[in-house]
Amino acid sequence: MSALNTQANIKGPDEFYAELLSVHEGLSKQQSDALNARLILLLANHIGDRAVLSQALKAASLKD
Amino acid sequence: MSKIFEVPLYPYQRSADQDQATPARHKVVVVGAGPIGLALAIDLAMQDVPVVVVDENDKVSWGSRAICFAKRPLEILDRLGCGDPMVDKGVIWNLGKVYFDERQVFGFNLLPEQGHKRPAFINLQQYYFEQYLVDRVRQLQAEGKPIELRGGNKVLELSQDETGADLTIGTPDGPYRMKADWVIACDGAASPIRNMMGLDFVGRVFEDNFLIADVVMEAEFPTERWFWFDPPFNRGQSALLHKQPDNVWRIDFQLGWDIDREEELKPENIDRRLKAMLGEDISYELEWSSIYTFQCRRMDRFHEGRVIFAGDAAHQVSPFGARGANSGLQDTDNLAWKLKLILDGKSPLTLLDSYDAERIHGADENILNSSRSTDFITPKSEMSRIFRDAVLDLSERYEATRPMVNSGRLSVPCTYDGSPLNGPDCAAMPDRTRPGSPLVDAPVPGGWLLDRTGFGFQLMTIDEAAPDVLTVEGVEVKSLPLNTADDTDGYLRQRYLGDATSAVYLIRPDQHVAARWDHYDETAVKAAVLKAIGR
Repeated sequence: MSALNTQANIKGPDEFYAELLSVHEGLSKQQSDALNARLILLLANHIGDRAVLSQALKAASLKD
Repeated sequence: MSKIFEVPLYPYQRSADQDQATPARHKVVVVGAGPIGLALAIDLAMQDVPVVVVDENDKVSWGSRAICFAKRPLEILDRLGCGDPMVDKGVIWNLGKVYFDERQVFGFNLLPEQGHKRPAFINLQQYYFEQYLVDRVRQLQAEGKPIELRGGNKVLELSQDETGADLTIGTPDGPYRMKADWVIACDGAASPIRNMMGLDFVGRVFEDNFLIADVVMEAEFPTERWFWFDPPFNRGQSALLHKQPDNVWRIDFQLGWDIDREEELKPENIDRRLKAMLGEDISYELEWSSIYTFQCRRMDRFHEGRVIFAGDAAHQVSPFGARGANSGLQDTDNLAWKLKLILDGKSPLTLLDSYDAERIHGADENILNSSRSTDFITPKSEMSRIFRDAVLDLSERYEATRPMVNSGRLSVPCTYDGSPLNGPDCAAMPDRTRPGSPLVDAPVPGGWLLDRTGFGFQLMTIDEAAPDVLTVEGVEVKSLPLNTADDTDGYLRQRYLGDATSAVYLIRPDQHVAARWDHYDETAVKAAVLKAIGR
């Protein structure tokens, strides 16, 4: 079983962060929420590994 | 012309029981002549268990009601000798389309697996389904089988002790009493029997209403299942279009919670909805309309002493996924042979605990699937709707999220994993036919595997020798010898052998796998038979 990578893994973190914000530019809250949801679904599908996804969901909840 | 659901099929007739000084005693009384009660009674009668079916009505169900019957129930009906009329009349479909807002998001093909006698699904009005079951009852009666169908007989009172139940039945001629070793309540979601006994039926209530309009029309639409999420003609809600025999179309409109039922059911309002959906120029005849709400719930136990519950009386789901009647038929499939063994004194009463274990497992699976469909169709929170819409929007472009689109996960047979009746497994063999699974059909010399099984215990062997008959504590186990030399298309190998070179499958009377080995071992088989009959 592979584990969720919680170490830094993206090359050029500032560029990624800027790109992430840029796709939301000019969007209403509703449009942004929809975009985020689509993004989560696409990334989740790319990961595919159910155990990793469960770990990510738990990690994102910031509980214990 | 009257519709078939307007004609009395089993009108009240005075029975000899009504003139008895002391109440007549029956082996089994089935309450409710719907699909589940009739199927159970047929199953029992075919095994020579005397059965009386009582129903307060005398007609098949009013309106189409359940319309989608899955492969496993069709196989059960084959075993009961009435699969052919259902499949011959039914509409077979494999294609579906999903719409979101104004767009078609994607289409799908259920791509039925080859090498099965029966299709994945047929659509058939419940009234035909019941009619063919009643025809089968009449046929069995003509053959002298012990089955009686009493219309206009309503259960007024029920009491029981450890040997049986005492029933008071109301009729147009007044009440009479009878006794029964067993009472099977197949009296629907509102089960009067369950209420008389004060048993709980709790679960989750869904705050939603759905309008069914079954219309007869000459339409050009293909034989497909069309599902709309948030369409322009029913904003914020869903809709479904599905074909039944005789040019009857099932149209289902989600209405939401806060509605005026009477207003919605007015023909002019239904007409307005239909025209908004199908165009101003459609011509149709409204066959049946109904507004329903639903709950997902089940009883804690499916039997209480001498009273056993089956079908909607025991468990209720949303209609999405066609899991109501389909799961009820699996209840009867599971129950009939167990009751027969108990009545014959070959199994202890505790065998019924396995009915609870196996069918509660089935009910929970159905409730889970059905609740999830409902949560997708009717998002319960803002975020739930955001994700639902995101899945649909993505699905228009990418295959990735299409498997998440949930407009009903259509009924698949239940595997009784962890059942107390399951015996040994063989790891080299395919997962899909592990102990607890229903047999997977396959072509065999002279026909189909499923047609060569059922009612008794059998030992199916593949490239392995076993005695023709083995008797274990009075239970006969007949051999069903098969071999890979005849398996030209490889279905048997693929579905039953896997990596093994030979196989021995112990098959239950309900066509489920009880245990399997890669070679014959009499001691092991006998132990598995004893386990499977609850001893």
